[in-house]
Amino acid sequence: MTAGVPARHPGRARVALPWTVRLERRLEVPRWLPAATTAGAVVVALVVSGVVLAIAGGDPIAAFVHMLRASFGSPGVISDTLVKATPLILTGLACAVAFRMRLWNIGAEGQFLMGAWGASAVVLIPIVPAGTPAIITIPLMMAAGMLVGGAYGAIPGILKAFRGVNEIIVTLMLNYVAALWVAYWVFGPWSEGGFQLTPQFPKEAWLPRLSDLAASIPTFSGLTIHFGLVIALVAAVLVRFLLVRSRRGYEIRLIGDSPRAARYAGVNVARNIVIVFALSGALAGLAGMTEVTGVVHRLQQAISPGYGFTAIIVAYIAKLNPYGVVVAAIAFGAIILAGREIQPSGIPAMIQGIVLFSLIASEVVLRYRIRVERRAA
Amino acid sequence: MPDDLTPPGPPLAVAMRGIVMRFPGVLANDRVDFDLRVGEVHALLGENGAGKSTLMNVLDGLYRPDSGEITVFGERVEFRSPRDAIAAGLGMVHQHFALVPTQTVTENVLIGLDRPRFRIDLRRFDDEIADLARRHGLTLDPRARIWQLSVGEQQRVEILKLLYRGARVLILDEPTAVLAPQEADELFRTLRSMVDGGASVVFISHKLAEVSRIADRVTVMRRGKVTAAGIPSAGTTTAELALLMVGREVLETIERTPFRPGPVVLSVREIEAIGDRGLPALRGVSLDIRSGEILGVAGVAGNGQSELAQVVTGLRPSTGGSITVNGDDVTNRPPRETIRRHVAHVPEDRTGVGSAPNLSIADNLIMKAYRDPPIARRWAIDTGMVRRFADGLRESYEIAAPSVETDARLLSGGNLQRLILAREIASDPRLMVAVQPTRGLDVGAIATVHRLLLAQREAGSATLLISEDLDEVLGLSDRLAVMYEGRIVGLFDVAEADVAEIGLLMTGGSATAHAEPGVPTELVS
Amino acid sequence: MDPTIILAAGVASGTVLLFASVGEIFAERAGVINLGVEGMMLIGAVVGFGTAVASGNPWLGLALGTLAGGLLSVLHAIVTISFRAEQVVSGLALTFLGTGLARVLGEDLSKAGAISLLPKASVPVLSSVPVIGPIFFTEQSVLVYVGFIVVPIAWYWISRTRPGLHLRAVGENPAAADALGVDVSRLRYTYVVVGGLFAGLAGSTITLAISPGWFGDLTTSGQGWIAVALVIFAQWSPLRAAFGAFAFAAIRRMLLDIQGPQDLFGVPNPFFHDHTLTFFLQMFPYILVIVVLVAVSGEALRKRIGAPAALGIPYVRGERGH
Repeated sequence: MTAGVPARHPGRARVALPWTVRLERRLEVPRWLPAATTAGAVVVALVVSGVVLAIAGGDPIAAFVHMLRASFGSPGVISDTLVKATPLILTGLACAVAFRMRLWNIGAEGQFLMGAWGASAVVLIPIVPAGTPAIITIPLMMAAGMLVGGAYGAIPGILKAFRGVNEIIVTLMLNYVAALWVAYWVFGPWSEGGFQLTPQFPKEAWLPRLSDLAASIPTFSGLTIHFGLVIALVAAVLVRFLLVRSRRGYEIRLIGDSPRAARYAGVNVARNIVIVFALSGALAGLAGMTEVTGVVHRLQQAISPGYGFTAIIVAYIAKLNPYGVVVAAIAFGAIILAGREIQPSGIPAMIQGIVLFSLIASEVVLRYRIRVERRAA
Repeated sequence: MPDDLTPPGPPLAVAMRGIVMRFPGVLANDRVDFDLRVGEVHALLGENGAGKSTLMNVLDGLYRPDSGEITVFGERVEFRSPRDAIAAGLGMVHQHFALVPTQTVTENVLIGLDRPRFRIDLRRFDDEIADLARRHGLTLDPRARIWQLSVGEQQRVEILKLLYRGARVLILDEPTAVLAPQEADELFRTLRSMVDGGASVVFISHKLAEVSRIADRVTVMRRGKVTAAGIPSAGTTTAELALLMVGREVLETIERTPFRPGPVVLSVREIEAIGDRGLPALRGVSLDIRSGEILGVAGVAGNGQSELAQVVTGLRPSTGGSITVNGDDVTNRPPRETIRRHVAHVPEDRTGVGSAPNLSIADNLIMKAYRDPPIARRWAIDTGMVRRFADGLRESYEIAAPSVETDARLLSGGNLQRLILAREIASDPRLMVAVQPTRGLDVGAIATVHRLLLAQREAGSATLLISEDLDEVLGLSDRLAVMYEGRIVGLFDVAEADVAEIGLLMTGGSATAHAEPGVPTELVS
Repeated sequence: MDPTIILAAGVASGTVLLFASVGEIFAERAGVINLGVEGMMLIGAVVGFGTAVASGNPWLGLALGTLAGGLLSVLHAIVTISFRAEQVVSGLALTFLGTGLARVLGEDLSKAGAISLLPKASVPVLSSVPVIGPIFFTEQSVLVYVGFIVVPIAWYWISRTRPGLHLRAVGENPAAADALGVDVSRLRYTYVVVGGLFAGLAGSTITLAISPGWFGDLTTSGQGWIAVALVIFAQWSPLRAAFGAFAFAAIRRMLLDIQGPQDLFGVPNPFFHDHTLTFFLQMFPYILVIVVLVAVSGEALRKRIGAPAALGIPYVRGERGH
C-alpha cells in the first residue's frame, strides 16, 4: 500500500572522519574577539596575497616592503597617501552610514562621479561668474557636490523604500550611468579643445594645499595634502555625532538591528531609507568634489581608481565605525598609491578582494564556537 | 486515576506509559499515560501549556522523553526523528504546515521520496494522488499550487502526505484552529471515513464542542498531568470537560484597591481585521476601558487577542470599525500616533518586537523617550541624560545586568520583561496594552509584573490585559472579556465571574444565554 | 541597421548573458544569491583566453575557463553555507577578488595575437527557414547552439524532475525539505558551484567566441551584474531569462548600429553628427535594467510570485531569524 518510501538521509561524507566539526551559536562575544578576528583576517589575507604574488612571479616580501616605502617612506609620499585617503574617508563614511541600516549602497562610485560633476558645473557652466572669490566658490561647489550626489543616492533609496526594488543592482547600474554622464560632458560641452578633459578650474576653485604655504614654511614645499582632508575629517566627526548622538542616528541603528522593533517604536522606516541613502550619496558626492577641486583641478574621465568600491572594504574593516573608517582609509590609500607601481596592475584590487573575503569568512568565529568532537567508534 | 485502558478491548495502536518531558523551567509532561485504540478518534484536550502538544511531539519523534515507554502496534519503539515515526506508520500534522507554497499538491507530496527516480511523470502521480485522496474522502486537485489552496485544503495536503507514506496513525494538532466551520465539518467527515477504513486518529484540541462531536474517547490534561484518561466522550457533558480542563483554583490573593473608574480612555467600536493567514481575525469587536481600570481579555490563543492588541497600537490595519484614545480617532494611524497619545505596549514578542537584541539596554530603554526632552536636546540625544535615565530605571525595576551598556539579548526573559515594562511605564501611559506579560517568566518576575500593572491602575492608567493564563486575568482585572473566534462572547465584572462559565465561553460552549457578541454590557446573566 | 543582423548579433552575444543568468537561476532557486558572477565571468574569460593563447586549443580554454569560475564559487559556497556569512557581501568580495585576479592573470594578454576561435556553424535545414533561420541558425558559434540546448534542459530539470523538485523546495522552504529528508546543505553547495561553472562558461564564451581578445575589465563591462538583474526579470525561469538575454543583447547591438548611418529613418542622424551623444545611447541599457526591475516589482506583488522565499537567508536547522 505504501507507494512512497522516505529517502534515506544522504550521509554527509562518504569518508568517515574520526572526528566531527560542529558550529555552536555563541551567547557572548568576548570583548577582545572582534579586534583579534579583524587583525587575524588581515594577516591571513596578506599571507594569501603574498602567495598569489609569488605564484604570479613576483617577490612578495620585496613588494610589500616597496609598498610600505612608497606610501610612508618620506613626508612627500605620506602626503600623497593622505591625498589618496581623503576621498576614501568620505566614501567610506558613505558606505558605513548606509550599511548600518543594512542598505547595500554599492553605488558610491557613481555618486562620487556625480558629485564631481556637480561641483564642476559650478565653474564650468558656469553658475557663478568667473573671478568669484574662493570663499564663495568653494562652499558652493561643496554644496553642489553634496546635492547632486545626494539626489543621485536618493534614487535607489526611493525605489527600495516604496517598491522594494533591489538596491544592489540599481546602484550598480547607476554607477555605469554616472560614468557615461561624466564622459558626455567631458568629451562634449565642456571639452577643452576637443580633448578628453575640461579646462582647468580657475584658481578660486582650487582647494588650498600645504604647498601653497611653501613660501613661508619651506618644509611644506611639494606637499600635496589639500583642504579636502580637513573636510573629510570634519565629516568623520559629524557622521560619528550623527550615528552615536543624534536622534536620526539612533533610528538608523534601531532599524539596522530590528526593523520590527523600529516600527513598534514608531519610527518611519521608509522615510529613513530615503534619507540615509541620500546622505550616503551626499558624502560620496562630496568626495568627488574634493577630488576635482583638490587634486586634478578639472573634470576628466578617470578621476576615481575605484574609490567607491574600495570604500566598501574600508567601511567593513572599520566595522562601520566612522573613526575606524579614517584609519582604514589611510591604509587603503597607501595600497592604492603604492599599488600604482606594482606590476601586475591588478594586485591592489585582488588584495582588496582577498581582505574583504577574509573578513567575512572570519566572522563565523564571532557568531559561532567551533567544536571538534571525537566521533564515537 | 481511573484506568479505562485495561484489556480486553480493541487492540491498541499506541500506548504511552510514564512519559516525562522536561524543559528549562517547566515540567511539560508529568508521568503521562496515553492510549490510542485502533480505529478510534481520541481527543487530547487541554488549555495552552497543558502539555498536550508536547506529548504528541514526543510520540512523533520530535522530542526524546526524559523517561517513559512508547509502544506502537504492540512493538516497543524509540524514535530519533519524525522519519522514524513515519517508518513505523505514525505521522503528525502540525499547526504550521511544512509545505512549499509555489509547488503543486503532488510535488509537495513527493518531496523527499526515493521514487520517482528522475523524471516526474506529473500526470501519473497526479492521478495516483487524486486516487488516494478520493479513497480517503479528501477532495483535492493535485495540480493546484499550495498558495492557491485554502488553509483547510492545505491541511488536507498534509494529511495526504502522511497517507501516501503509509501512516496508519494520524496525529492532528489543533486542526480546526485555522478552519472555518464548514471546513471543520468536512474534516470531521474525512476523519470518520479514515477511521472506518482502519486508521487511528489523535485529535489535539481546546475546543469542547468539537471534541464532543468527533471523538470517541477523550483524555484531558492540565499543567502537565492527565486529569481524565480516555473517558468515553458520549457520557460526558461539556461542563464536566470544561472543569477538568480549567479546574477550580484558589485565586492568587492580589492586593487591590477598590475599583474607581474614571472617564473612558480607549473606545473600540466594531473593529474588524484580517490575520496573517488571510482569514478574518477580528469580526466586530467593541469595548471601552476607563482610566483606573484593568480590562482583562481571556481566551485560548489564536482567537483574535494578538490582532486586537496590534490594531489598538497601530501595528496592524483594521478593515472596519474605529478606535478612539482619549477622544482622538486613531483608527489606522501609524504607531507613532498612538505612542504620542501615551499608549504603552508590552508586546507578546519580547525579542523580535519589544526589543532590539544587539543594542544596549540603555538604547532599548529610550525607544519611546528619545524624541522628547530631557533625553532629546533639539536634534541630539543627551548621552549623559540617557545614562542617568537608564541607570535609574535599572535600579528601580531591578533589571539584573552588569551595566546599561550590556546588549539586550543577554538579558534573561524576566529581566527583559522588566526592561520593557520599565520603558513603557516611564512613558507615563494613559493606556497600557499588555499582551501575555508573564509568559515564560519565573514566579518572582511574575509577581513583579503583577505589582507593576496594579500600580499603574492605581495611578489612573487604563490597561488592556491579554493573557492565556485565566488565573492571572481573574486576579488582576476589574472586568473580563472572553474572546472566541474574533468576537467578544462574554463580558463580566470579575467580582461576579463564574470560572466554569468562563471556561465554557473560552472554548465555544454556552451554558446560558449570553450577551450579543460585540456589544459591551456590564453584566451577563 | 539591418534587423536581421541586429537580432542575430543579439542571439550571439546574448548567449553570454544566457549562460550567466541560467547559472545564477540555479543558485538562487536553491536559496543562495551569488553576486560574484561578474568576477567569475572575468576569471573564466581570462583563463579561457589565456589557455587558448598558450595552448592554441580553444576547447581546452573553454574547459579550464568554466572550471575556474566553478572554483571561485566554491569559496562562496563555503562561506555562505557552512559559515553562514552574509551572502551579499561574500559575493561582492568575490567580484573584487575575481576582477583583481583576472587583471593580474591577464597582464600580458592584451597584446596577444589572434587565436583560433571556437568554430561557427550553420544548422543545415533550419538556417533556410525564413526570418528565424538567418537569426538563430546561421553562422553562429557552436556555443550559441549549446545555449539553445541548455535552456530547455534547465527548464526541464527544474520543473519536471525529482532533483528539480528538491532544488525548488530547498529554496522556498528549506525547513520543510529538511523535515522530509532532503540534504539542504549538499544541494545548495551543488547548485552554487553549478552557477559558478556557468559563469565561467559565460566569460569564456566572450573571449573565445563572441568578442575575442582580452580587454581587462571591459571584457565583460558589467554583464555579470546584468545577468543578476536578468534573473529577477526572468522571475527565475530559464526560458524567460533566455528571452531577456537575447532581447537585451539585441538592444545593445542596435544602440551600437544606430551610431553608424548618416541618416536615420530619413532625418539626419544626431548620433552620427555629434559623437558625444552616443554616451546616452550607452546609458540606455543600464537604465533599461532599472526600469525593468521597477516594473517587475509591481508585477511580482500583483501575481504573488517573486524570489524563492528563502533566498539570501542562511539555513540552520532549528534556528530562527537572522
